[in-house]
Amino acid sequence: MAKVLMKGNEAIGEAAIRAGCIHFFGYPITPQSEVPEYLAKRLPEVGGVFVQAESEVAASNMIYGAAGVGMRVLTTSSSPGISLMAEGVSYLAGAELPVVIVNIMRGGPGLGGILPSQGDYLQATKGMAHGDFDLIVLAPSSVQEAVDLTIRAFQLAEKYRNPVMVVGDGMIGQMMEPVDFPEVEVGPPLAADDWALTGCEGRSPRDVNSLFLDANDLHNHNVKLKDKFAVITENEQEWELYSCEGEYDVLVTSFGMMARICKTAIDVLAEEGIKVGLFRPITIKPYPYDACREAAQKAKRLLCVEMNMGQMIQDVQLATRGAKEIDFFGKAGGVIPSVEDVIQSVRETLAKTGK
Amino acid sequence: MKKIFAYTDGLTRLPTHYCPGCTHGVIHRVVGEVIDELGIRGTTVGVAPVGCAVLAYKYFNCDMFEASHGRAPAVATGAKRCRPEMSVFTYQGDGDLASIGMAEIVHAANRGEKFTVIFVNNAIYGMTGGQMAPTTMPNQRSTTTPFGRDVNLAGYPIRVAEMLSTLTTPAYVSRVSSHTAEQTVRAKEVIKKAFQYQIAGTCFTFVEVLSTCPTNWGLSPRESNKWLEKEMLPYYPLGDIKRPEDFEGGQHAGN
Ligand SMILES: Cc1ncc(C[n+]2csc(CCOP(=O)(O)OP(=O)(O)O)c2C)c(N)n1
Ligand code: SF4
Repeated sequence: MAKVLMKGNEAIGEAAIRAGCIHFFGYPITPQSEVPEYLAKRLPEVGGVFVQAESEVAASNMIYGAAGVGMRVLTTSSSPGISLMAEGVSYLAGAELPVVIVNIMRGGPGLGGILPSQGDYLQATKGMAHGDFDLIVLAPSSVQEAVDLTIRAFQLAEKYRNPVMVVGDGMIGQMMEPVDFPEVEVGPPLAADDWALTGCEGRSPRDVNSLFLDANDLHNHNVKLKDKFAVITENEQEWELYSCEGEYDVLVTSFGMMARICKTAIDVLAEEGIKVGLFRPITIKPYPYDACREAAQKAKRLLCVEMNMGQMIQDVQLATRGAKEIDFFGKAGGVIPSVEDVIQSVRETLAKTGK
Repeated sequence: MKKIFAYTDGLTRLPTHYCPGCTHGVIHRVVGEVIDELGIRGTTVGVAPVGCAVLAYKYFNCDMFEASHGRAPAVATGAKRCRPEMSVFTYQGDGDLASIGMAEIVHAANRGEKFTVIFVNNAIYGMTGGQMAPTTMPNQRSTTTPFGRDVNLAGYPIRVAEMLSTLTTPAYVSRVSSHTAEQTVRAKEVIKKAFQYQIAGTCFTFVEVLSTCPTNWGLSPRESNKWLEKEMLPYYPLGDIKRPEDFEGGQHAGN
C-alpha cells in the first residue's frame, strides 16, 4: 500500500481502526488532542463509537465498561490526564480487561508544560496505581512504529487480557511522517466470548470485577497476575540494537524518539571513526534486561540518554547488575537534546574510558 | 394451595449481607422483579457501586460489573454505547453517586445516556460506618458530624433528582421511597417505567429511592421507617420530576 503523510496522533487513531478498534473514549489534552479530533471524524464513518468523556477519570472507567462487554477500545491522553486514569488502570488490570491506552507525554511535574518529554517512564513501567499489577508498555520511535505498535498493543492486550500502554512523546504525536498501514486481519476481540458481559441468555451470569474480599482469594489473584506477567516477560520482549556489530567502547541506551536522535549522533561519530553502540528497548515493560546486558558487555562504559532526569537508568543498572559505570545525559521540560548535545556527552563518556 | 410469594428470577438465591431492616434488600427485590417481568434478564448488564451494595453483582441474576467508587455511570456509558441493544442499569448509593461520582452522573444524564440509574438515598455512608453523605439531613448526626450536620459548614443536602432535572436533555427523573409496602409497590412501578423507557431507547432514566440505614442511624427498623417519613419526605418529595413526554424541541414545558 502507498505511504501516506500523517501526523503521529492521527496515525495512531487510524492504526487503532485498522486493528479493529472502533470505540474511543477520551478527553482533550495537548499534545494528543488530534487523536480524539481525528477519531471524532473517522469513527462515525466506520460505524464506531466516539465519546468525549467529562474527564480522564471517567474515560478510564468508560473503557472498563466497553472492554467489559467484549469490545476493542482505545483511550489516549497526555501526562496529567494519565495521572487521572490511574484509578481506572488499576481496576482494568485487576479485572484483566484488554484495553489500549496511549500516553503522548509532555513535561511535568504538575501542569508542567505542553512540549515533548519522556517524564512518565517510571509512572508507566513501575507502578502507575495502587496494588500489584503490570502493564505492558511499548515505546515507538517513529510515526511508523507508533502505527505498528498501536496495532501490536491491541493484539497483546487480547492475548493476555491485560491493559497495554503505548508511550510516545509530544514529538511523535505532533510530527508528520510518511506511514504505511499494514493489512491486519481483524476478527472479534479474542476470547471475549469466554468472559465478557454479553447478556446471560443461555448461560449463567458473569461478572467483571476486581473485588476479592477473601484474603486468600485475593492473594491467589495476585499470584495469577504475577504468573501472567512472567509469561509476558518470557515471550514479548522487543528491542533494537543499532551499530552493535563489532567493537565499541560506549553503549548508548535510549528509548522512543530520543533514541532516534542518538542514532544520528552515532552516525556522525562513526564518520569520525568513533564506534558507539545503541540499545533501544521497544517494550520498556517487560524491559529486555538480558538483551541490554549482552549489548553492554562489549562496552567499557554506558551512557543513558533521555528526555527526563534519568528515569530509565535504574533499569539499565538492573540489566548490567552494577557491572558498568553509567553516565546520564538528558533534558526535561520540553528541551529536546540535539544531535550535537548527544555527541558532546558521548565524547565526555568516552573520555572517562581513557580513550 | 395458592402460591402468593416466590423467589424472583431477577435475583440469585444467595442470602444478602444487608443489616436487618435495611431497605437495600427490598430495593434489590423490586429491581429484580422488574428485570424478570420485562423478560430482559438475559440481555441486561448491571453495574454495582462501592458502598453497602458493593456485592450487588452477586445478587442480581444477570451479567454484572463491579465499578470503582462513583464511576458506575461511566462504566455504564462504555457498556451501553458499545452494546445499545442491551439493557444497562447502575445501582448506586448517595456517597457513590452524589459525592465522589457527581461528575459522572451529571454528564451521563446530560449526554442522555440511555441506561437506568437506581439511586439509593439513605442520607448516610452506610458501608464505611455512618459518615456524612451529601444527602445527610440538616442537624443529622453522623460519625463525621457528631454534633449534627452544620449547614453553614457542610451546606444543605443535595436534591439530586431535582438537580438533574434542570438539564435540558430529555430524561425520566423520579423519586420514590421504600419505607412502606405501599411506597415500595409504587417504587416498582416507577422502576419498571424507567426500564421501559430505556428499552424503547427514549432517554436517560433516573429513579431516586429513599432508603433506610437502621444501623448507622442508630434506630430500629420500625423507627427508621418513621424517621424517613418524618425527616426525609418533606425535604425529598416523591413523584415524577421530569418526564420525556414534557420535552418540546429544546425546551421543557414548565421549565
Ligand atoms: C476511591 C475511594 N474512596 C473511598 C472509598 C471508601 N468508601 C467505600 S463505600 C463509601 C461510601 C458509601 O456510601 P454510599 O454510597 O452512601 O452507600 P451506602 O453504603 O450507604 O449504601 C466510601 C467512602 C472507596 N472505596 N474508594
Ligand atoms: S450499614 Fe446501613 S445501608 Fe449498609 S446494610 Fe447496614 S443498614 Fe443497610
